[in-house]
Amino acid sequence: MPDVQALVNDFLNKLKKRKIEGSQATAKQTAELLRSVISQQRVPYTNQAGALIDSVRAIGEQLIAANPIELAVGNIVRRVLHIIREEDLSLTTAAVTELNLSTISDDDDDDGGGNQDDHPVLSAAAVAAAARSSLRPPSLQMLLEGAPEFVAVPRSSSSGGDSEGKSKSMDRNSRTRKLKHDVIEAVNELIQDITTCHELIAEQAVEHIHQNEVILTLGSSKTVLEFLCAAKEKKRSFRVFVAEGAPRYQGHLLAKELAARGLQTTVITDSAVFAMISRVNMVIVGSHAVMANGGVIAPVGMNMVALAAQKHAVPFVVLAGIHKLCPLYPHNPEVLLNELRSPSELLDFGEFSDCLDFGSGDGSPLLHVVNPTFDYVPPKVVSLFITDTGGHNPSYMYRLIADYYSADDLVVQRRHSAVN
Amino acid sequence: MDARRGSLPVPRVRQVGFFTPNAQPAPTRSQSGPPDSSSPPLSDSPASNSLSPVMIPPPRHHSDNLAAAPRPTSPLPVPEPSPFRRRGADNNNALLVGSYNPAETLLAMSPSSSHVGDGESEETMSGGWFRRSNSGKLASSLPSGTFDFSPVQSTAEALKPNKVQNPVGISEVSARPAPKEQQPEAPSSSKQPKPKLTKAERRALQESQRAAKAAAKAPGGGKSVAAPEEVATIKSVKQHQTQKKDAPQVAVSVAASERKGGDKSQEKERRKDAPAPRMQFDDKSRVEKAKRRSVVDQTEAKKRVELFRHLPQYEHGTQLADLESKFLQLDPMHPAIYKVGLQYLAGDISGGNARCIAMLQAFQQVVKDYSTPPEKTLPRDLTAKISSYVSFFTQCRPLSMSMGNAIRFLKNRIAKLSPSLSESESKSSICTDIDRFINEKIVLADRVIVQHASSKVKDGDVLLVYGSSCVVEMVLLHSHELGKQFRVIVVDSRPKLEGKALLRRLVAKGVHCTYTHINAVSYVMHEVTKVFLGASSVLSNGTVYSRVGTACVAMVAHAFRVPVIICCEAYKFHERVQLDSICSNELGDPDAIGKVPGRMDVNYLNDVSNSGNLQLLNLMYDATPADYVSMIVTDYGMIPPTSVPVIVREYRRDHLLI
Repeated sequence: MPDVQALVNDFLNKLKKRKIEGSQATAKQTAELLRSVISQQRVPYTNQAGALIDSVRAIGEQLIAANPIELAVGNIVRRVLHIIREEDLSLTTAAVTELNLSTISDDDDDDGGGNQDDHPVLSAAAVAAAARSSLRPPSLQMLLEGAPEFVAVPRSSSSGGDSEGKSKSMDRNSRTRKLKHDVIEAVNELIQDITTCHELIAEQAVEHIHQNEVILTLGSSKTVLEFLCAAKEKKRSFRVFVAEGAPRYQGHLLAKELAARGLQTTVITDSAVFAMISRVNMVIVGSHAVMANGGVIAPVGMNMVALAAQKHAVPFVVLAGIHKLCPLYPHNPEVLLNELRSPSELLDFGEFSDCLDFGSGDGSPLLHVVNPTFDYVPPKVVSLFITDTGGHNPSYMYRLIADYYSADDLVVQRRHSAVN
Repeated sequence: MDARRGSLPVPRVRQVGFFTPNAQPAPTRSQSGPPDSSSPPLSDSPASNSLSPVMIPPPRHHSDNLAAAPRPTSPLPVPEPSPFRRRGADNNNALLVGSYNPAETLLAMSPSSSHVGDGESEETMSGGWFRRSNSGKLASSLPSGTFDFSPVQSTAEALKPNKVQNPVGISEVSARPAPKEQQPEAPSSSKQPKPKLTKAERRALQESQRAAKAAAKAPGGGKSVAAPEEVATIKSVKQHQTQKKDAPQVAVSVAASERKGGDKSQEKERRKDAPAPRMQFDDKSRVEKAKRRSVVDQTEAKKRVELFRHLPQYEHGTQLADLESKFLQLDPMHPAIYKVGLQYLAGDISGGNARCIAMLQAFQQVVKDYSTPPEKTLPRDLTAKISSYVSFFTQCRPLSMSMGNAIRFLKNRIAKLSPSLSESESKSSICTDIDRFINEKIVLADRVIVQHASSKVKDGDVLLVYGSSCVVEMVLLHSHELGKQFRVIVVDSRPKLEGKALLRRLVAKGVHCTYTHINAVSYVMHEVTKVFLGASSVLSNGTVYSRVGTACVAMVAHAFRVPVIICCEAYKFHERVQLDSICSNELGDPDAIGKVPGRMDVNYLNDVSNSGNLQLLNLMYDATPADYVSMIVTDYGMIPPTSVPVIVREYRRDHLLI
C-alpha cells in the first residue's frame, strides 16, 4: 500500500528530524497513523489479529527507532497492539459464549446472553471488560460450594493467534470486518482520550489547588496550563511562579498564557528555584513520560526543582496524560533516555568556535558543551501523579500502566528489533 | 506599651528619634525591641551581637555618650585634656571590642560628626563616667567641682535614656534642641535651632501618640510588634489616619507635623550616616524619606513582586543618564567616588572583591584629597563624608556584606586615629590602613585560599564550578599550573551568564572544560568529584549567601553525594544570620529575564512586559543552607560551616585591627 507507506515515511522523517513537539502531538499523530495502517491492512481469513499485530508492530518498530527518546510513540504502538488483542479476545469470547450457549445452559447466562444479544452494538471496551470479568470467579458462593469453573478454562486459552481455530463456525467475512472495525473504533477512542486528557486532568484541579496558594512550575506544559486555568475558573485565586526552563524558555510562553488568562504570574530564572521554593505551597509540573517505576522523564531542570521541593517538604505533583505512561522500567535514564541538543542554545555560534575545534594534542576538543533535553526525576521525590483516571502514588504506577498494555508487547518489541 | 511609655522620664524623646529622617540607623538599633523599662539593660543589646552579654553594656553607653557628649561640651570651661584623652582611647578600644554590630559602630561615630567643636574631651569624660557607673545614679554623683551647673544638668539629661534603657539614645540626643539653645556660645554652627516646644505641647503630643497607638492597635494588634523599628514613623502615618476618627487629636497631630518640620534640619545632618543594611522598602514613609535625600533619581518599578516589597525595586537603566547629567551639580561628591558609583550602577564592576577594592581605593583617593575644614576635626568630618559616600554607593547598588565589613574597618581606623597626629600623618595612616586591608584581607587571603583549595584538587578530578568567582578561578588556574590533570565543568545561569567569561579564561589557559546551564546540573553531576563555589558572604549560622543558583548546585551535589567546597575570604564573614533567600536579597533588572540575547526565536515576553498580571523577578542572591556545605576554605584554613561563628568571634578584633 504505497499511500500508507508514504504516510509512514513522512511521519518517520518528522520524528527523525524532531519536527514534532510535545508528547501529546506525537501520540495523537502516531495513533492516527496506526489507524490508517490498520484500515489499509488487508487481513487474511485466518489469524486476522495476528496479521494486524504483525503489521502494526513492524511499523511501530520503525517509528520507535526513528525517535527512541519520544516514548509516547512506543506507548501508542503498544496501546494499539493491546487494543487489537483485546478486541480479538472479546470477539472470541463472544464466539465461545455462543458456542457454550448452544451446548450447555450456562450458569452465568445473563452475562453471556447479554453479550450475545448486544455485541454488535456494544463497544469493544465493554466487551473486553465483560470478557475479563467472566474470567474471574463469578461469586464467593461458587467458591464456597466448590463449583467447577468450566467456562474459564477454554476462554483463558483463547488469545491471539490460536483463537481462529475455535471460530471456524463463525461467518469469516463478518468477523474479519468486525475485528477491523472494532479495532479502528477503539483506536478512535484512544485518539479521543488523548485529545481530551487535559480536561479530565484539569477537572481535578479544584481538589488540589486552594485559595491563596503559591504554585511553582517549570517549563511549559499544556496540561499544566489547563490545570491551573481550571482552578482559576473555579474562582480560586492563587499565584504562580514560572521558572523559565532554559535553554528552551518555554516558561516564558506559559507565563504569557497564564497572565493572559488572568493569573498572577511571576517569571523567575531557573537558578532562583531554590530561593523561591520556601514560599511555594505546591509544585505542579508536566512531564515528558512516566516510567513504570514511577520515575518521571521531564524537561531539563526538573530534578533540581524536585529536590528543592523535597528539601522544603513541598508537594511535587506531576500531571501526566495516559499517553505518557510508559510500561518500561528505566535503566540509567539520565543518559539512555536523554537527548543532547545543539550547543548553539547555550553559546552563540562562533563564540567559542576556536576552542570547540582545536584539539589539545590528543585531538579532543578543549571545550564541551552539554545541553540535555530531559531530566530523570526518581520516584522517591514525586509526591503525586495526577492522570486522567485520578491521583496516584508513584508506587502504584506500575499497576495503572499494566491496565493499558498487554504484557506480551513490552518485551516483544525489543526482541523483534534485536532480531531485525 | 502605654504603661511603659508613661514611665519614660523623657517620653517625647523616643518619638523624635524615630522622626529623624535618617531611616537607616533606626532599624538596627531598635531591633533589640521597643524600650522596656522592666527589662535589664542587657536586653537592649542587639541580637547580632556575638559578645557575651557582660561585655555589651560598655559600647551601648559609649555610643550614647558619644552622641550625648558634644552638647555639653561648649560650656565646659577648660577641660583638662590629657587624662581624658587617654581615657578616650580606652573608650574607643572598648568600643571596638564590644560593638560588633556595624550599625552600632557607625552610629557611634556618625552623630558626633554632625557636631563641631572640641567635644572630644568631654566625650571621653562622660564616657569614663559611664563606664564606671552604668546607670542613672551617675547623675547624682556628677556634681563635682570641675563642672559648672549647665553641663551637669545636660549630662544628667544625657543620662536619662540610660536610666530607662532606651536603645535609641542617639536620636534622642540629636533631637533635643532645647538645652542647646540655652547655650548660645555653642559652636555648633551646622545645626539650625529647632522650633521649641512648650511643655504643654510636648505633653499633648505624647498623649496623641498614645491615643494613636491605641487606635492603631485595635485593628492590627500584632502589627506594631512585627515592625518595631518603624513604630514611630508608622505612628505618624497612623495619626493622620486616626485624625478623622478622633476629633480632639487634630490639634495634637498638627503639633506633630510641626515637629516633623523642625526635624528637617537634622535630617540633613543625619543623612550622612551610613545606612544599616536592611531598609524595609515596604514602609512607605521611610521610602519617601529615602527618596527625598537620594542623589540618584530612581524610578520605582511599576510591577513589584509582592513577596519582595521589602526590597528596593527600581526601574533599571533610568538612573545612569540622570546621574551623569548631575555630575557637575554634585560638587561635594568626590570624582573617584562618583566614578565607582557609576560603575556599580552600570554593572561594570561586579563581584564581591572587585567591588570592595574599588570602593576602598576610591576612599583612599578621597582621603588623599581631603583637607579638614576649619572648626572641624578630621575623624568626625571624614567619617561623615565617608558615610555620605556610602549612602551614595548604596543608591547605586545595595552594598554587599563584604563592603559593609570593609567600611566598618575603615571607620574604626579613622575613629582610632591618635589625636596627636597631624592631618597629613592621619591621612597617610588611613591610606596605609586601606592598602593593608586590601592586601591582607583580600589579596593575601586569596593566595592562602588558593594554596589550601588546590591541595584538594587531585589528578583525574572533575570539578564543577558555578558562575564566576575570582577565587575559584584562581584555584583552578593554580591547580592547572601545578600540572594537575583535571576537568572543569562550568555551570552557568541566566541572565548574567558570568560563566562564559570564566570559561573563556579557563580555555585560554588550556584547561579542559565542559559548559552547561544550571538546569543540566543533575545531568553532569554524575561525573563530578568536587564542587567549588564562591560566596558573597558566609553568615554565622553557616548559611552561604551567594550568587543565585549556588544553592541549587549545592543541593544537587549534596543529593549526589559530591563534596561542596566554598572558597571565601574571612573578611566576608558576617555575624548576621539568615534562613531563606527572601528576607534579604537584591533584585536585579527584571527586564533581563524577558530578553534572551542571541535567541531570536525566544521572544515570547517582548511585548507583554506591561501586562498587569505578569511580573518578572530577577533575584541576585540566594542562601545555601549549611547542610549542603562540606567545607569552607578561608584564609584561616579549611573549616566546616559550623565554625563560621567561631571565626567571626575570634578574628573579628584582629580583623578590625590589622
